[in-house]
Amino acid sequence: MTVETILIGLAGVLASAAPIIFAVLGETLSERAGVINLSMNGTILLSAMGGFAVAYNTDNIVLGFLAGMLIGALVALIVAFTSITLKQSQVAVGFVLALTCRDLSYFLGSPYMGVTGPRLHAIQIPILSDIPILGVLFFRQDIITYISFIAIVLTWVWIFRTRPGLILQGIGEKPAAVFIRGSNVNLLRYIYTIIGGALIGLAGPAFSLAIRAGWMGTISGLDGIGWIALSITIFGGWNPARAAFGAYLFALLQWLGLVLQPVFTAVPSQVLQVAPFPLMILTLLLVNIGNAEWVERTLAAMPESTRKLFAKLLRAMRASPPAALGVPFERD
Amino acid sequence: MLKGRLGSFIFQLIALALAFGVVSLILISVGASPLDAYKNMFVGSVGSVRKFAEVLVSFVPLLLVTAGLLITFSSGLWNIGVEGQIVLGAISTTWVFRYFIDSTLPPALIISLAILGGMLGGALWASLAGILKTFGGVNEIFGGLGLNFVSTALTIYLIFGPWKRPGVASMSGTVPFPDSFSLPQLPDLRISMWSLGIALLAIVIIYFILQGTYFGLKIKAVGKNFRAAYLLGIPTWQYSLYSFLICGALAGAAGAIQVAAVYHRLIPSISSGYGYLGLMVAMLINYQAIWAVPVALFFAALNIGSIQLPILMKLDSSLSGVLQGTLVLFVLIVEGARQKFMKKA
Amino acid sequence: MNVELKDINKHFGKVHANKGINLNIPSGTIQGILGENGAGKSTLMKVLSGFIQADSDSEIILDGKTVTIDSPADAIRFGIGMLHQDPLDFPPMRVLDNFLLGLPGGLFPNRKKIAQDINLLAKEFDFSLDPESYVDSLTVGERQQLEIIRLLWLGARVLILDEPTTGISALQKEKLFATLKKLPEQAMTVIFVSHKLEDVESLCDKVAVLRAGELVGELKPPYNTQKFVEMMFGKMITLGERQPSQTGETILSLDNISLEDARLKIKNVNVEIKAGEVIGLAGMEGSGQGLFMRACSGLMRTVGGRIQLKGQDVTGKHYHAFKKAGVNFLPAARLEEGLIPGLSLTDHFILAEQPKGIFIDRAAGQSLAEDRIKSFNIRGTPLSTVESLSGGNQQRAELALLQSPLSLILLEHPTRGLDIESVIYIWAKLKERCKQGAAIIFISSDLDEVLQYSDRILVFFNGNVSTPIDTHKTSVTELGQLMGGKGWTEKAGKNA
Repeated sequence: MTVETILIGLAGVLASAAPIIFAVLGETLSERAGVINLSMNGTILLSAMGGFAVAYNTDNIVLGFLAGMLIGALVALIVAFTSITLKQSQVAVGFVLALTCRDLSYFLGSPYMGVTGPRLHAIQIPILSDIPILGVLFFRQDIITYISFIAIVLTWVWIFRTRPGLILQGIGEKPAAVFIRGSNVNLLRYIYTIIGGALIGLAGPAFSLAIRAGWMGTISGLDGIGWIALSITIFGGWNPARAAFGAYLFALLQWLGLVLQPVFTAVPSQVLQVAPFPLMILTLLLVNIGNAEWVERTLAAMPESTRKLFAKLLRAMRASPPAALGVPFERD
Repeated sequence: MLKGRLGSFIFQLIALALAFGVVSLILISVGASPLDAYKNMFVGSVGSVRKFAEVLVSFVPLLLVTAGLLITFSSGLWNIGVEGQIVLGAISTTWVFRYFIDSTLPPALIISLAILGGMLGGALWASLAGILKTFGGVNEIFGGLGLNFVSTALTIYLIFGPWKRPGVASMSGTVPFPDSFSLPQLPDLRISMWSLGIALLAIVIIYFILQGTYFGLKIKAVGKNFRAAYLLGIPTWQYSLYSFLICGALAGAAGAIQVAAVYHRLIPSISSGYGYLGLMVAMLINYQAIWAVPVALFFAALNIGSIQLPILMKLDSSLSGVLQGTLVLFVLIVEGARQKFMKKA
Repeated sequence: MNVELKDINKHFGKVHANKGINLNIPSGTIQGILGENGAGKSTLMKVLSGFIQADSDSEIILDGKTVTIDSPADAIRFGIGMLHQDPLDFPPMRVLDNFLLGLPGGLFPNRKKIAQDINLLAKEFDFSLDPESYVDSLTVGERQQLEIIRLLWLGARVLILDEPTTGISALQKEKLFATLKKLPEQAMTVIFVSHKLEDVESLCDKVAVLRAGELVGELKPPYNTQKFVEMMFGKMITLGERQPSQTGETILSLDNISLEDARLKIKNVNVEIKAGEVIGLAGMEGSGQGLFMRACSGLMRTVGGRIQLKGQDVTGKHYHAFKKAGVNFLPAARLEEGLIPGLSLTDHFILAEQPKGIFIDRAAGQSLAEDRIKSFNIRGTPLSTVESLSGGNQQRAELALLQSPLSLILLEHPTRGLDIESVIYIWAKLKERCKQGAAIIFISSDLDEVLQYSDRILVFFNGNVSTPIDTHKTSVTELGQLMGGKGWTEKAGKNA
């Protein structure tokens, strides 16, 4: 394998992570506002199908992406309405929507199975694309991948550097305190859930109109991506930068699985394909185990120096969710 | 009138009507006649004894899974991993059958061992999610989902690897077992009275556990307030694990029956989505065991009825999933609206 | 600013929390609002600050103009700012971000300018607040200071403080009062809500007394304490003389124990607690009394030393082992940690009995519940779910769940938020347990309660633990100073 092919492979990793980036950023915004949008897996499938169908029928790729965002926003609106206004369990509503949207995409998408439709092509950015190494990696991508880079930066800046972002942080932490500072908590929760949903809805067309162009129904291999994106959100500790890192790590692992298959012929391909899932469980374990009571007790029984070392390690890995995640807000 | 059973029954009917309304609109939007679709589904599920027997074939695993989930829901756990627990039940049963393939033991004994093996396999797989939750702090939703994907991969690995058919491995699964390894079925029908009996027995036992035993009360206490239950002296983590084990065993039994009474071999998608469907049934019946039988039967009928749609109307059979999902969604919405309405009144 | 409240009514469902309250507060006044828990003080202030809306016909008049206050945003626009009892701030965020959050302005806040403003305001009032430090590293008193300067920066002309002296040190209280006394000079109005007579007497220009949702009257200095008490409770209530307990065998002995969590370290504590004794734990929230309590109940493992219960070594054992040895822990958050919402009283009593067997004996459960409901005077039926009970009745239910026999009861804020009659009842029940040979350790942020009911007191400050102090040899002043970190050299003894 030459350096060139490795670089092209890594560039492919950046591109194939793009849909997951959108999903993870959308979920991060939604959860920062206190709403878990568990419908992600279904939303991505439905927006992938819907986006493809619209782009195919109108022969307009932009409309396809917009349709995907609209679908994501609508599903998020249902989540927001049932959980914020009607105070039903976010997990229940999200789970039902995850299944229903999946089945709906299969039902409505059957006429589009295997049809060839429009897709995005790479755009070489003049001058920049000629920079050695970086040019291949970053500047010969398609437009949606460029947008994914920008989205990471924008989301991060929004949350941690702007005035509304500060309010968003506060809503996830203590909605009542945001309320007394003059914000309409539930309205903001609606807005962020819907914007987050639209971002998640961008993930679908980013698959069906770019890296995995077309609609293949149950065999399109998209079922499951949404659940992975949910765990990457946790891994990301509700920080867009760390979440994006998680998404790239996941895409890298998938690529390695493909590349290394001929090398390790003894390992069946099925094992390499599911490798991300045990790894996902393992990372969740590392992120969460510091909160377990028995760990605290075991630490307490250790000599001081060992205890300090482990406590530091656990704290570095730990990610705490927004304190008000999943908790409805009421004035009295 | 809005209070009490009658009131909530009326609201359930409203939800049902809304769900059918929305699905009708979807059908119209793709140019199909809703009435024809519903009629075909109805005839396709209860139109003949043979078709109704198919509904029962689908009803059995669904009811078993629902029974198990009632326990995990009672202890406050979202056991999404139930799908993988069905798969591991099926894998374990297949393993037991393969182990005894040349044995001279009476088939009844082997079948019993195989089903028990399936229950054990499901329970052990569930305990993984349970241990991750209780000792690792990993939310059971994510632990369970990850394990579901792993279990599917494991099935495919077995079918294409160690357990592959002589000659070419294929998606059609492992070599079918001899007829003697099958649960006795009714003449000319695929349904086995034994499997139906096991499923009904399971839901009855679960009903009594939750209604009348100290064990059930403790499970509920753990589910409603983990911390307070611990302070009251209940060994909470043990009870969480127990509920995972019970649910896993029942899901494993569902997988075992899929192998021993339906497919007679291991196939790639052996769980057929019954785990996720069971979660929907449990939500729809608001976690009340008493309603499990009729609702699971209704969902099973939708599943079987929709098989006719691609043949008769060129519609995808996933319509049943859309209808089931929409129904649960509207029940949640209508229930939320009712609570809001009652609070104001 | 002149504040006039006219015929304020507020219903929560069937509960009439404010009954036609009329109150006139002239500009530049420090107005006290006095009343016991549940008298309707907080409701009234939440109405004024826009957190909740009063029933229609209620009228709020500011400087002669009738206004409608629909939200806290409206209130702050009219110049009304409120300091809530539980600080409504964001602990994991920086002081600067807490200050910035909700301030109007452009997309990117001018952090430098705001940091300067914070420093300036802090200097004016002699507060020490570092804009870059995290709020969870501040004391409750410092968090109040942050909130006060934030409200002033926003242009508050009326400052409402809801029970601000709970959980802060004597030193911080002095500083708070000094700050508040400066405000009327700038034509500001201060509304000070409290149930502590001493505080309102030393601070307020006039005091309105609320009882059961009604305004029973106003008093001006010189204040007559006796009169206040009558107005607050409607009758004379005496807590009775403090009675020293009869002590017996040693129940709990802590031998050189050390504790730590992510924030705090407690080193080498030695205490012996005897049967019949009541030990009060005083200190500002988060000073280590919580850790100490969890260690005594086995909910947390000590990192060093030995714990013995009646001579039996239980070091490193879990709560359930402690429980078997006769230790019960009652948490402060009743519905979050103590009781199980959704289950009935009967279910609770059945569970607390640690039943053996398989099938529930409903009849026995029912009669057990009826029995306990009667002997603990709980207003509820055996089938009532716990969340349908009032706070006082929930606390009684928790007491009724204590096992028998019992050697050690650990209580966090046993009477927080309860009316005085419930307080007296609950302590009577607890003292009964002491007579039967149990020891009690309790945490309270109410120093009067600590002094009234403890035999000995342990004071906590930033992880330091005092030697046990005999209650009859100490005073509110001394305890307050210790809680604020003063005078530790002589009291710290070998525990420091």
